[in-house]
Amino acid sequence: MATSSLANAQIESARIVAVNRRADLLMASIGILVLAIATLLLASVFVGLLASGWDRLINPDFYTHFPSRHPQQAGIISAIVGSSLVMLVTAVIAIPLGVAAGLYLEEYAPKNWLTDLIEINVSNLAGVPSIIYGLLALGLFVYAFSLGETILTAGLTLALLILPVIIVATREAVRSIPLELREAAYGLGADKWQVVRMYVLPAARPGIFTGVIVGLARAIGEAAPLITIGALTFIAFLPSPPVQATPPFVNFDWLTSPFTAMPIQLFNWVSRPQAEFHVNAAATGVVLMVMTLAMNALAIYVRLRLRRLHR
Amino acid sequence: MQNPTKTRVKLLMNEMTSSQHTSGAMRQQQDVQPEPTSAPVLRAEARNLDFWYGATHILKSVSMAVVDCKVTAIIGPSGCGKSTLLRCFNRMHDLYPGNRYSGEIQLYPEDRNLIEMDPGMVRLRIGMVFQKPNPFSKSIFENVAAGLRVRGVADKRILYERVEQALSGAALWDEVKDRLHDSAYGLSGGQQQRLCIARALAPQPDILLLDEPTSALDPIATAKIEDLLTVLRNTVTVIIVTHNMQQAARISDFTAYMHLGKLVEYGVTEKVFTTPQSPMTNDYITGRFG
Ligand SMILES: Nc1ncnc2c1ncn2[C@@H]1O[C@H](COP(=O)(O)OP(=O)(O)OP(=O)(O)O)[C@@H](O)[C@H]1O
Ligand SMILES: [Mg+2]
Repeated sequence: MATSSLANAQIESARIVAVNRRADLLMASIGILVLAIATLLLASVFVGLLASGWDRLINPDFYTHFPSRHPQQAGIISAIVGSSLVMLVTAVIAIPLGVAAGLYLEEYAPKNWLTDLIEINVSNLAGVPSIIYGLLALGLFVYAFSLGETILTAGLTLALLILPVIIVATREAVRSIPLELREAAYGLGADKWQVVRMYVLPAARPGIFTGVIVGLARAIGEAAPLITIGALTFIAFLPSPPVQATPPFVNFDWLTSPFTAMPIQLFNWVSRPQAEFHVNAAATGVVLMVMTLAMNALAIYVRLRLRRLHR
Repeated sequence: MQNPTKTRVKLLMNEMTSSQHTSGAMRQQQDVQPEPTSAPVLRAEARNLDFWYGATHILKSVSMAVVDCKVTAIIGPSGCGKSTLLRCFNRMHDLYPGNRYSGEIQLYPEDRNLIEMDPGMVRLRIGMVFQKPNPFSKSIFENVAAGLRVRGVADKRILYERVEQALSGAALWDEVKDRLHDSAYGLSGGQQQRLCIARALAPQPDILLLDEPTSALDPIATAKIEDLLTVLRNTVTVIIVTHNMQQAARISDFTAYMHLGKLVEYGVTEKVFTTPQSPMTNDYITGRFG
């Protein structure tokens, strides 16, 4: 009797293990399939662009020339510089604001209906179509504040666009810090700001950083809001450089300069009838994708590094 | 006419002095102090302390004196409110909304009610060690220095001095002196817990609170921490929550027995364990209940 019930138990547990293993296998296969489809799609887009744009991509002039009526001479220097400067403004504004807002909501804000309302709003803002941000910026920055169709306006617009992403990422990162760590810090007599500065922020850094990069990678590819606020498509000069050799060494004239950006240049060339311009567009697409992928790679690298430092 | 709390403290003092007479050989300070009848000095004293988690009434009129430079153990069945009582002493409950105290915990010598003080001020004076070792993800050195940094100590020399002192005090110095700048996560569980004790000791707190500090450790690591507490007694005031009755008997001078949020019995450890006044205590320590 006893031995047979033992044998039964063994058979039963073997059955459970087998069922579990089958479920694991099924999940893993579905996961790999989905991943493969996504990767293949991305790769085929990339390879397609690479093939069409190859001639321009291997030509150094493409990176140093301004746009031109002649597709063979047209380059993306003004778009690269424009995008870089716009991203600089975006980062300088969105990162501190977003991190501070996320920290405030998670650590300082009283837990009441108003905070909940703000929280829901911020999460929803992350999903608002980017052209809506363009319309807002047109009304607010261009008309109400008279900032014009400038790098500053573009940077502010994209900063608005990615603020929710950074806020949400900061909150998630801060929320995931274990209670024990906070109690340990408070237990030492640390006040709130010390706990935030010395323990919460360092521990939340990898998560915050990921949110920042995801946000910036989204911003760099945005065309719609920039077109709405009136980015130019043909820029044959560079803004004055932000740093200079003579005191005071920094220069903010570039902020008020008109600009173009990578996705706008791409959009412009794609909409031309001549096929040669489409080659330029494909090459621009490759550069844009490389930029985005590089940012994501940087995010992964920094996250791994920070994580290792913290173990 | 007389405040009942005062009476209880008096009784406690009498018990203590009489026990010193009976077990004078065991207690070495007996030889140093010329007057064996000198009254014990109080460090803190809970008086009619009640505590609520939101609407849940947990602590019910707890009164308990904490004697200076002695180890006070809190024992009792799971869920009776030991941790809750301990965490009142450093106002840990204030970190979460909805918690409420009533009554008082007087801090001595200044005789101030710590329930009415700023929680940060209280925690600057009363250190805590948690059940699960919880070092920061920093170096061993920075872990121990953390409390000093919070207090604004930045002088490298002072930091090193105090860190070494605290690590030696926690019987960890020899094991970590060659890797002070390695991550604290590289230490074993028992070492991590001693690191947490060193971290709490470094700022030289008035009172050290320990909530089941050895429950996550193996017997050898536990023995090390018990030894450490035995050494600390006479220099630091310690309140320790423990599930382990032998531990309470071994290392504490006073023992409090709690049941359903009430302090059922409190007195000199030997007396509580040999001649408990309450049948509930008796059942618990003899293992018939709990
Ligand atoms: N945050 C909380 N909110 C509501 N009730 C709580 C909370 N924390 C603890 N309690 C309740 O308070 C009572 C006392 O809990 P406490 O943690 O103080 O017990 P304990 O004596 O330390 O038990 P153990 O020995 O298991 O650690 C328990 O009934 C518990 O369920
Ligand atoms: Mg407990």
